Amino acid sequence: MATTSEIPHKSFRLSMLLYDTRYRSITIQIFFLMLLMLGAAWLVDNTISNLQTLGKDFSFNYLFTTAGYDINQRLIEYTSQSTHARAALVGFLNTILLAVLACVLATVLGVIAGVLRLSKNWIVSRLMTIYVEVFRNIPTLLWIIIFGAIMTESMPAPNAFRGDDPSASMLFNESVAITNRGIYAPEPLFSRSLGNLDIGIFLISIDLLAIIALIVAGIYANRKLMVHATKVQNATGVRPTTWWKTLAILFGPAIVLLVALGFHLGYPSLQGFNFQGGTHIRNSLIAMWLGLGIYTGAFIAEIVRSGILAISKGQSEAAFALGLQPTLTTRLVILPQALRVIIPPLISQYLNITKNTSLALAVGYMDMRSTLGGISINQTGRELEGMMLMMLIYLLISLTISGLMNVYNSKIKLKER
Amino acid sequence: MSLMDKSTLSYVRKDMLPEQTPPLAQAGGHRWVRDNLFSGWLNTILTLASIYVVYAAIMAIGPWLMNSVWNAESLTECREILDGTAGACWGVIKARWHQLLFGFYPEELYWRPVLTLILLFVSLAPVLFPNVPRKLLYLSAAFPFIGFHLLWGGSIWLPITAAAGFVVGFFAYRFAKVVSPLIGVGAAIIAPVLWWLIVAGPLTEALASILPIGLEAVRSDRFGGFMISLIIGFSGISLSLPIGILLALGRQSDMIFVKSVCVMFIEFIRGVPLITLLFTASLLLNYFLPPGTSFDLILRVIIMVTVFASAYMAEVVRGGLAALPNGQYEAADALGLDYWKAQRLIIMPQALKISIPGIVNTFIGLFKDTTLVVFIGLLDPIGLSNAIRADSNWQGIYWELFIFIGALFFIFCFGMSRYSMSLERRLKTDHR
Repeated sequence: MATTSEIPHKSFRLSMLLYDTRYRSITIQIFFLMLLMLGAAWLVDNTISNLQTLGKDFSFNYLFTTAGYDINQRLIEYTSQSTHARAALVGFLNTILLAVLACVLATVLGVIAGVLRLSKNWIVSRLMTIYVEVFRNIPTLLWIIIFGAIMTESMPAPNAFRGDDPSASMLFNESVAITNRGIYAPEPLFSRSLGNLDIGIFLISIDLLAIIALIVAGIYANRKLMVHATKVQNATGVRPTTWWKTLAILFGPAIVLLVALGFHLGYPSLQGFNFQGGTHIRNSLIAMWLGLGIYTGAFIAEIVRSGILAISKGQSEAAFALGLQPTLTTRLVILPQALRVIIPPLISQYLNITKNTSLALAVGYMDMRSTLGGISINQTGRELEGMMLMMLIYLLISLTISGLMNVYNSKIKLKER
Repeated sequence: MSLMDKSTLSYVRKDMLPEQTPPLAQAGGHRWVRDNLFSGWLNTILTLASIYVVYAAIMAIGPWLMNSVWNAESLTECREILDGTAGACWGVIKARWHQLLFGFYPEELYWRPVLTLILLFVSLAPVLFPNVPRKLLYLSAAFPFIGFHLLWGGSIWLPITAAAGFVVGFFAYRFAKVVSPLIGVGAAIIAPVLWWLIVAGPLTEALASILPIGLEAVRSDRFGGFMISLIIGFSGISLSLPIGILLALGRQSDMIFVKSVCVMFIEFIRGVPLITLLFTASLLLNYFLPPGTSFDLILRVIIMVTVFASAYMAEVVRGGLAALPNGQYEAADALGLDYWKAQRLIIMPQALKISIPGIVNTFIGLFKDTTLVVFIGLLDPIGLSNAIRADSNWQGIYWELFIFIGALFFIFCFGMSRYSMSLERRLKTDHR
């Protein structure tokens, strides 16, 4: 390429800022940057002058003053004497609890409905189509309110359980009571409890930690067992029987620990005007859980269905030609490929659930929006700080979920070599 | 025996057998039922379980629906008519349907929102269906101003001067384009803004004092019901599509600064719930604006909903852009098209076609999300159902209201999703 002549060096002219594509993008960007900065300066200036006229300053110190309101649903210790920051933490934990519960319900329902919608059974697939279409096309908020109304209006009052011939009865051998004040269920109790671990902000039950540790250890040991079994099978051709070892490893230590801790159930019982003892699951939590879970389940069903349909028929035919059973075909050939299509939209559904937990206001569930972004703001008049903090936390949750899911996504994605 | 000698073969058929119907067990409804409902033990269990579910649902709701009461002025009257049996009390819908649809809009002016809705469909027709006269597109362009004037009323000159801003922008572009296309675009943006900020206000007042014509003004706080969902939904939908396209292009852009601003905007909006944005609109917007400015609440909500939906729209359009093969961009470059021409003539038509399902899903989501405005005090259908229940006549009525509201939303959302399917089929150009 010796014949290529050098690009003639031209001196820079001002008009090149407009007409030369090399410089034009810089011109546009500088113009854009200036506009943006002007806009931002205008907003900040307005905010400062507005805050000054109102006699407010901008500080987060209010978080460490006494909140002075009660939160009925809480996972950690909280009294009305606690600080606003602690109220926000209680709300945050409630948000997370609701999001996790709703994600589990939505996934289970969605996978079942998505698979059943492809069923050859005419009536089942029609029923699932009705479920998906009805729930997808009606707003979440309406579903949440409807489930709230079902829980409060259609369920018997606690005094219906009273008397020799009560009009309502407890389920599951007198252990679960569904009332219009919520569901009363047995709670796990330990007579020889190990006590609580104080990590500064809140207490964690050591019993719970020990059980979780044993389960994790059990799963790990079981995996070792499986690896060993495969090794034996590869060497001798005969797979050793493992099912009873698996059962023993997974459940044995946990049962021993539960007995050692004196595990028993505390049953709710009708005393006075209400049930005492047991776990009280509030209507607001149930309405949010069912509303979000069943609504999002319809979307997940569509995702699962399209994911399965995206796998070409040749894949299952090839698996059958190799002599694989239908269940094995599904497990080893169809599902791993379908997951690749299903996971990314599933992530955004989980994000949607997490964000939609902010609708808790409709049924009075005390989530982060109600504590940090609701009562705290009303009491202190710190709209700007409260809203900023809340948006930041939601943003962090969203980014964390999508970050984690992207890691998983890149692990299972098609490896092209 | 020779093989060729066919006559020695014991039997060879010489004539075709006539077609026969399959055996009775292999045809008709009998076979369909066996194949589709009872083909195995799992299938049988599923069928029986579903039949039981359907039966239970009909037994639970059927009698209640059959026992409907339509003529009643209050829930107590309903209960008297029902006389102890369970039954639906649709009297509440009959008595309050106008509120659920129109909020507190003056009753004698109902023709205005109805006319707006009809005009909306007429002006949407040329956009949605190809076999409608193209001339109607002029009406589509004018509809936002006509609709605004019909709904809110007031002086007729306000929408006219506002619309004139776009005309000003068009002519500014025409004249400045001669100098440079880029300056033309700048002029097309700056001229109308100047027009609206400086000229429009005094001009409107002057014209109104000379020729005071217009419809009776209706204040925003009288708006409500399904009407408000439609107003917010359709404004958000029509505004978010162009903004979303611009954001998607910005995100794809080579200009690092423009790109990072677009990415940050999209990620921020997608990371926070809509309800926090709505609360920002109702609590904080007066902090961000110059002291003394007051914004109509509906307008604030429309702005926030648009901002929210455009971020989602941008991601959908980006997906469509990413799905286009690189050859399309190269082809546009090879033809010597500039950026905007390439986008308009080659890239966007294809990218938007790919993203139709996503776009319609965003529309449906946006329309359903309009119910969230109940939290900031606007009386959408859900807010009105609470208001109706606050009346002592209808205290304790739930399901009838929920069914009515749910059915309204279902009809619109289901209709939109069916339309998107038909649109996909119509625009399908690949021959698979």
